[in-house]
Amino acid sequence: MRSNRLESEPGPSRLASPLALEVDGLSVDFSSHEGNKRVVDGVSYAIARGQTLGVVGESGCGKSMTALALLGLVPKQGCVTGRISVSGQGLSEIAIDEWPEIRGKRIAMVFQEPMTALNPAMRIGDQIAEVLHLHEGLSWKEARERAVEELRLVGIPSPAERANAYPHQLSGGMRQRVVIAMALACRPDVLIADEPTTALDVTIQAQILELMQRLQDEIGMAVQFISHNLAVVSEIADDVIVMYAGQIVERASADELFSNPLHPYTQGLIATLPKIENRQDELPVIPGMVPRLDGTLKGCRFAGRCVKADSECHALIPVLRSISPGHDVACHKVRP
Amino acid sequence: MIVFLLRRLLGMAVVLLVMSFVVYGLIGLMPGDPIDLMVLSNPGMTAADADRLRALHGLDQPLIARYWRWLIAALNGDFGFSRVYARPVLDIVGPALWQTTKLVALTLAISSILAIALGIRSAIRPGGKFDTLISFVSFAGISIPSFWLALILILAFAVGLGWLPASGMGRPGEGGFWDSARYLILPVATLVIANLGGVTRYARSSMIETLRMDFIRTARAKGAREPRVVLRHAFPNALTSVITVIGVNFGTLFSGALITETMFAQRGLGKTIYDAILGNDFNLALVALLFATFATLIGNLLADIAYAWLDPRISVT
Ligand SMILES: Nc1ncnc2c1ncn2[C@@H]1O[C@H](COP(=O)(O)OP(=O)(O)O)[C@@H](O)[C@H]1O
Ligand code: SF4
Ligand SMILES: [Mg+2]
Repeated sequence: MRSNRLESEPGPSRLASPLALEVDGLSVDFSSHEGNKRVVDGVSYAIARGQTLGVVGESGCGKSMTALALLGLVPKQGCVTGRISVSGQGLSEIAIDEWPEIRGKRIAMVFQEPMTALNPAMRIGDQIAEVLHLHEGLSWKEARERAVEELRLVGIPSPAERANAYPHQLSGGMRQRVVIAMALACRPDVLIADEPTTALDVTIQAQILELMQRLQDEIGMAVQFISHNLAVVSEIADDVIVMYAGQIVERASADELFSNPLHPYTQGLIATLPKIENRQDELPVIPGMVPRLDGTLKGCRFAGRCVKADSECHALIPVLRSISPGHDVACHKVRP
Repeated sequence: MIVFLLRRLLGMAVVLLVMSFVVYGLIGLMPGDPIDLMVLSNPGMTAADADRLRALHGLDQPLIARYWRWLIAALNGDFGFSRVYARPVLDIVGPALWQTTKLVALTLAISSILAIALGIRSAIRPGGKFDTLISFVSFAGISIPSFWLALILILAFAVGLGWLPASGMGRPGEGGFWDSARYLILPVATLVIANLGGVTRYARSSMIETLRMDFIRTARAKGAREPRVVLRHAFPNALTSVITVIGVNFGTLFSGALITETMFAQRGLGKTIYDAILGNDFNLALVALLFATFATLIGNLLADIAYAWLDPRISVT
């Protein structure tokens, strides 16, 4: 997460910090009788320890699918290609029955809906203890004791009593804290947060963001923070990638992206940001529709909605290229 | 919990009261009373004798008054005599209730366990080989009328193979446990087969639905392996709705048991009620019906309690 300390440090030391997550050419395809649909298309990025990468884009652009691919949780019909490695360990080659050892231990995930993400028939203390029991070989009793500590860590008042509560007895914000405690219980290298605050109201949202930032400072994990809301991402992320129709269309540091957005899609996202902050559940709207992803499309995927589109855009696929140091854009009309 | 139980028990009492009145009234309105039967079977009896007997048994009084007397006596534990057996009604209804309860409880236990196991296994891979087979078999089980099934089972296992008795229930006090258990096998099998398909299909769809829920994805994201995801996370959540269906089915199962035990000539509640109505055994029919209702109500209550116990979101107050 961003802190003044990190920003004041010179660039090279930041580059030197080891990469917690590397993703290279990640694609997810769904084939059906209607043909192939590539919902994530050649996505590459890396996140260093202690850093936060924001992933933004309209709903349906493949953010969640990218996240699920990192956990090996893409639905059975989907086919994942590309390379993923966590702290240098490649995950692409591992067998299906090795995935459970990665999930929750090396890479953990916080989901969008705190109301439905927890097992309604299990005490929250047990749900946290389960991760510790599975990965750290703790006995059930030890795991329960650690679970109380984890609840305390995420700021749940009287954690020992609350550990016995069922999810329905907690508010949305409290539940999201429980989900975060569960995700961080084994101190993973990478935390993926998929719209973790979207379902919460503004005050709670700020508290959860603050909590995540504090925990990142303490634990030092890399965070991939997914949101359709650029305003939220700009608060929390060091770097941001903007996704459109399964592809990365722009990548820059959060400050650079916000002050100098270059891709017409990013510009559109910023222009449609709601002026009043508390309307964050309303999706930004750029006129037009996302094209079909069946591979028949030539040219830029955004061309149908882009004010700057011309014949070149409809004929040639733009590739992601560096425009200035640390700022990559996939657009014919943006040149270095 | 106590308030809930008290309220439910009160409700049950009201149902039984209304039921007893309606049945009493219906039987009272039927043409012919026990004295008419006596007159028929004893040509020496005069009309005056009959009237004297009616007055003696209170049969000349209005229906409401008769019902009231019956109710007071029943509340004091006196359910009257059976005309046909010439014994206190409770002596006959008691063992019959026990017989039916054995049949229903065994069927319920076996079919629930089987249905849940088959339902879970089918739900793991919907549309797979196992699922297709089980769907077909469940469908067949639902479609076959149970009297037909009973006949087939009797023909196969009693007449053909001679492994099991075709009907009856053994003589009490004779033979060991196995000897009396043998008589239960075919009736229980009939009921289980008739009952299994519906519950299996329900268990399957409720498991499939549960396995699609968000918290299942959370469980996988935690690193839980599939057996744990299915048994520890999905199953308890799916079970609550399966229990409800089992509870709702309880009444159907109970009346199914009444028919099945009649088919297999077992002296349970069903056969007792049937014989009592045909034999104009007024008291016996009434009390047996009330006990059958009572048993069904208790079954539903147990299902509700299990439901509340399994699902922490339901609080019974
Ligand atoms: N099981 C599936 N089969 C085919 N397409 C799917 C499936 N699940 C999701 N998709 C498609 O994948 C795309 C990306 O979805 P998602 O990653 O959830 O988007 P986001 O999280 O950015 O809102 C969507 O267009 C969606 O229609
Ligand atoms: S390549 Fe053309 S169509 Fe695509 S974003 Fe750039 S200007 Fe718009
Ligand atoms: Mg999403």
